[in-house]
Amino acid sequence: MIDFSLSRLWAILAKEMVQMRRDRITFAMMLGVPIMQLLLFGYAINTDPKRLPAAIVAVSQDRYTRAVVTALETTGYFRFEAQPSSLAEADLLIESGAVAFVVTLPADFGTRVERGDHPEILIEADATDPAAASGAIGTLGTVAQRALTREQGQEAEVEARQDKMLSVVVHRRYNPEGISQYNIVPGLLGVILQMTLVMMTGMALTRETERGTMENLLAMPATPMEIMLGKILPFLGVGGVQVVVVLTAAKILFGLPFLGSLTLLISAVLTFVLSLVLMGYFISTFARTQMQAMQLTFFFFLPSLMLSGFMFPFAGMPDWAQAIGECFPLTHFLRIVRAVMLKGAEMPAIAWEMAMLAVFILAYGGIALARFRRTLD
Amino acid sequence: MSVVAVEGLTKRFGDRTVVDDVSMTIEKGEIVGFLGPNGSGKTTTIRMICGLLTPDAGSGTVLGFDVLKDSREIKRRVGYMTQKFSFYEDLTIEENLDFVARLYELSPRRLYVDRTLDSLGLTSRRAQLAGTLSGGWKQRVALAACIMHEPDLLLLDEPTAGVDPKARREFWDEIHLLAAGGLTVLVSTHYMDEAERCHRINYISYGRLLACGTVDEVVAGAGLATFVARDAPPELVARIAGLPGVSQVAPFGTTLHVVGADLGLLTASLAALTAETGVAFTRGETSLEDVFIQFMSRAEDNMDGAAAKARAKP
Repeated sequence: MIDFSLSRLWAILAKEMVQMRRDRITFAMMLGVPIMQLLLFGYAINTDPKRLPAAIVAVSQDRYTRAVVTALETTGYFRFEAQPSSLAEADLLIESGAVAFVVTLPADFGTRVERGDHPEILIEADATDPAAASGAIGTLGTVAQRALTREQGQEAEVEARQDKMLSVVVHRRYNPEGISQYNIVPGLLGVILQMTLVMMTGMALTRETERGTMENLLAMPATPMEIMLGKILPFLGVGGVQVVVVLTAAKILFGLPFLGSLTLLISAVLTFVLSLVLMGYFISTFARTQMQAMQLTFFFFLPSLMLSGFMFPFAGMPDWAQAIGECFPLTHFLRIVRAVMLKGAEMPAIAWEMAMLAVFILAYGGIALARFRRTLD
Repeated sequence: MSVVAVEGLTKRFGDRTVVDDVSMTIEKGEIVGFLGPNGSGKTTTIRMICGLLTPDAGSGTVLGFDVLKDSREIKRRVGYMTQKFSFYEDLTIEENLDFVARLYELSPRRLYVDRTLDSLGLTSRRAQLAGTLSGGWKQRVALAACIMHEPDLLLLDEPTAGVDPKARREFWDEIHLLAAGGLTVLVSTHYMDEAERCHRINYISYGRLLACGTVDEVVAGAGLATFVARDAPPELVARIAGLPGVSQVAPFGTTLHVVGADLGLLTASLAALTAETGVAFTRGETSLEDVFIQFMSRAEDNMDGAAAKARAKP
């Protein structure tokens, strides 16, 4: 027997909204957190870091040495800050973390270049963080080579020789300038929504259990479906407001490209938000106290952050980790939001990911409803 | 037809049987007291009657609906006031009442809410947060919210715990008024004076129903004899407690109550004591409290100590 009443649903909705409005700090958090995180991460995170501190050990000051140093600086990756006079001193600098690179040129660098003697340049990189060093290292070989040939006036000749062998055309699509924010800000939208919505929905139901009001609520005619909808709908609204805030800020502050259809993006976001609030509700059927609900949220939050492809490239993870990653709505949402915003993807391209989100909705919602019935027993 | 007619209600949590084979009938317009020590299963029984918990065994009807199958119908027609104030402390009095009125789909809602506020005398304080009310007022608001939808059966779980005597008196006056209007009430309590204001009482201990009937019937059924001594020296108390046939000795002001289950044995013991000390004992009236203390100590005797401890309230 389906027993559903709009007026009972409205009773719970109205109550939830009054409670939400009265809880000032939580309310402020719902809007403050997205803005804070967007500003923090949007401006702070750079996956292709530039102007890294470097030290140069060069005894001679001939024109070839200067040419190489200038060429390295103009790549934008290096900022020469120190000129240690000995290798030991240079070691100390890189060990303490004061510089990320030490470039060493032999004393007779200039002479050997002129003799055509293939001199060696040693570049030591602090590769404790492989990602930070990789961009800079990648540019080194060609940059130094080119600087020397130019300095010797053989540029054209060398280029012509290389052309004959092979030409590689690299086309950096969707984000040609390699701006990290284009990748991070849409991802942040997912992360922010996940963090605030799962936790708040999780706590909203547990609060009733913790304060003893659940017993009263269950003694009245409200059905589990009405209670669930009454609890999650306000958070759908909160999620909607957060989306508007983040997207507006993304456009104004970071000039994020917006290639895809807005309708498609919004329907994807709503689907994602629904899966999140249902997950929060699902958590709250396990937690007895608000503290437990929060702990469960974080237990879930960290792996989803790490394995979703927000922080590290998804394809680079081993298969088992990818399998776990597939179990988080965030993973699928990230693919959708990046595809729609940056690549202008249409529905066929994201249909699979949308279907996965729908599966999460059905699973979380179904389990939550099934578990809820038994809570007082 | 009886408002409540349940038989053999049993509830287990894990391997603990919290309510064991409880049967109960309550007629329309009756006020029935539900008594028993802490953790004896009163709350669990009430929750089963109002459909909040599903019994593991047993059957019966509440307001003519099957207690196992029709909990939704039962919830609609029952008012349940929980032991702890369980309305929303961060909502105002009016918002709480509004919430309840909407949930029961009362129409016109404004009329119900205004009438309730008016009867509480809280119309001017309608915008006050419920959490800021005193204990007595919280209890009154909770009761008003529970009866707003005009239920046929009212279940009250220790409604007057922590409420001052005047507020308690007024509370009970209201309950009697409601019962006179045809409402049936089941109320759990620890207070003897409240038990005496009920039409009938049920006594439950360790999940088992030990006695039921009017106060007089329960007292008579316990078969206890009571003797009273005036101005007995306090040092006699310990001695009397050790006499054969004595099960309780309790000072009440300047008098001493001595209770025993075996009238002959008790009379003989006290006569011997009178001969020795000159303290005179006269037959007194056994009180409900004497009976309950007798029940409680008897139940403890029957229980193995460890098992008794395991039956702490869920």
